[in-house]
Amino acid sequence: MTYRKTSLRLSRRQVVRGLLATTAFGITAKLGTGCTAAESDSAASGSATGSGAENVVVGFIYVGPKDDFGYNQAHAEGAAAMGAIEGIQIIEEANVPETTAVAETMRNMIEIDGAKVLFPTSFGYFDPYILEMAEEFPDVQFFHAGGMYQDGMPDNVGSYFGYIDEAEYVAGVVAGHMSQSGKLGFVAAKPIPQVLRNINSYTLGAKSVNPDIITKVIFTGDWAMPVKEAEATNSMADQGIDVVTCHVDSPKVVMETAEKRGIYCTGYHANQASLAPKGYLTGAEWDWSSVYTQLGEQFLAGKTLMSGDIDHILRGGLADNFCKVSDYGPAVTEQAKTDADAAKAGLMSNELVIYKGPIETNAGRVVLAADKELKQQDLELEKMDYLIEGVDGSVGG
Amino acid sequence: MAAEALGWWGVPLGILAGTLRGSAPFLFVSLGECLTEKSGKINLGLEGTLLMGAMSAYGVSYLTQDIVGPGLSPWLGVVAAGFSGMVLGAIHGWLAQQPRVNDVAVGIAMIIFGSGLAFFLGKPFIQPQAPQLVTLNVGGWSSVPQIESALKLSPLFLIGLAIAPLLQWFFRSTRWGLYVRAVGDSPEAAKAMGISIFQVRMLSIMAGSFLAGIGGACLSLYYPGVWTERISSGQGLMAVALVIFAHWNPVQCLWASLLFGGAQAIGPAFQSVGIDTYYYLFNAAPYILTLLIMIITCSPKRTLIGAPGALGQED
Repeated sequence: MTYRKTSLRLSRRQVVRGLLATTAFGITAKLGTGCTAAESDSAASGSATGSGAENVVVGFIYVGPKDDFGYNQAHAEGAAAMGAIEGIQIIEEANVPETTAVAETMRNMIEIDGAKVLFPTSFGYFDPYILEMAEEFPDVQFFHAGGMYQDGMPDNVGSYFGYIDEAEYVAGVVAGHMSQSGKLGFVAAKPIPQVLRNINSYTLGAKSVNPDIITKVIFTGDWAMPVKEAEATNSMADQGIDVVTCHVDSPKVVMETAEKRGIYCTGYHANQASLAPKGYLTGAEWDWSSVYTQLGEQFLAGKTLMSGDIDHILRGGLADNFCKVSDYGPAVTEQAKTDADAAKAGLMSNELVIYKGPIETNAGRVVLAADKELKQQDLELEKMDYLIEGVDGSVGG
Repeated sequence: MAAEALGWWGVPLGILAGTLRGSAPFLFVSLGECLTEKSGKINLGLEGTLLMGAMSAYGVSYLTQDIVGPGLSPWLGVVAAGFSGMVLGAIHGWLAQQPRVNDVAVGIAMIIFGSGLAFFLGKPFIQPQAPQLVTLNVGGWSSVPQIESALKLSPLFLIGLAIAPLLQWFFRSTRWGLYVRAVGDSPEAAKAMGISIFQVRMLSIMAGSFLAGIGGACLSLYYPGVWTERISSGQGLMAVALVIFAHWNPVQCLWASLLFGGAQAIGPAFQSVGIDTYYYLFNAAPYILTLLIMIITCSPKRTLIGAPGALGQED
């Protein structure tokens, strides 16, 4: 045992200090999430395997798990629909963080799997990773979900996104009808334009049937904070709020907590009706299946972004099948259904404009005069940095 | 369905309810770490153990619901969580006691191993809903629905409440407790008494990891009641800091856990009554609390009262 004498000795105090330092480091760096098992599997396409040369290989990259009842699941369902097309083979990787890891995943998909089209779906993948890879592989097409494409970016980059706030508006109409207390709750991750737009559209929908309604917003600070999301939902229920919805990565916690507390909820991203069979009213869902199927057929026809056959900016709402409204739950009244269907029809025919003056922020600033309106396509709406009157919450942290 | 709004009373009630709901994982992990550190070894890997426990509890509860029914299967999940923790603990206990191996370094490796394994095996359980543990409605007397819902206690939390004084009594008044303290304070003396240091430490680490695994079961089977990869958000690591804060005293671990559990509820509770400013700060309350504790308790000018003598010493 003599060799032990020569080994490095640490004093108790040093170790306690080291222990604390590591704890601090671990907490700040979220060490627990540093190592994720990457999962990659190929969906079986109808055609025979081994004839990969004929298939168009399309790669999908997700930031989280594929079955989270949320953002990633919505994309994965769309990917599966694209994979069902004869002649398209999809490859997928889940749990890819928004770091250089995604650049490596893209490179692998291109060089090893021979992918010709990539769909890195998360917001943070775009700049700089997609842009760098697009420069390096000019014959591969990159499609990004989000509004970050601008003129002058590489020719082989495109962006697509849906006006899901139209579906939020319809959900708001239902929520406005179903709330007894006149108070709605919105659990949101971060005050970024997409989130604020959903909150505002939801509130406008509710106000269209009950002008006095209030939407309480609680920001949790990040996209996946299960404990805080549950706390937020519980606090809202304590405050007499009786319909909650959310904009976080996975709405599962919010929906389940609302159901446990016996209040109503409206979903987001995907259909969560199975999580809250009694209280689920409706929800705003992405409908990537139709978008992806359409794109897949264009790829097979040999159309590309580079030749200009596919638009660099694809946008659409309910009418273009970029998003949809969940089927109404059992609790929804006939009156609410009628009004919601009317709102949906109005949005689909472009007769109903969500952002129609006068609109004031909840701080009293006029953002839209009485005679003005902003159509869904208006880029002004993609820069939203305010909460409208009727929303109880604040953008500044 | 509409409930009367509570207004400002929502803040203390929210924090109280958050304390009752959210402190169980802290409690179990800190009690487990307390037992481990009392024997003179540190197990930083409890963050990984917590995740592994949460995953196995959820998975087992989901998979066995058709075999034993949804009433019993969550309890099987709790047991499975404890045993999965014990396996991780056994790996740590064996590795950390090899010559010239640093237990802090092994602990960090175990965080990565435990969480990686949990994420890998947990993939199929993210989507399905597993049967949850029953709750005890202590608040049945109240006509206020908010209080009623705040007082839905988890039996696991009550078990944790009971374990804290039991562990205190174990350390103070039993022969086995004396062995653990002897090994932790003065391994030489323990060896002279004829106690196997390896075995005592191994068992302490395994028992501690068993408790931490059950802490994970609280997360996935009670509150918030799902299995996701972000479920722990650093709670396992915070619990390690909490043991130092509690001066290695199980009953003080209990108070510290309640404090940390309540801190998690501050941000949402304040926002729900309309305090909208500084919500990032309030949301970060548990982390800020951890930092403050470190600054307050870690002074180079004095030693910590209650620290096991052999903690961090090479043997």
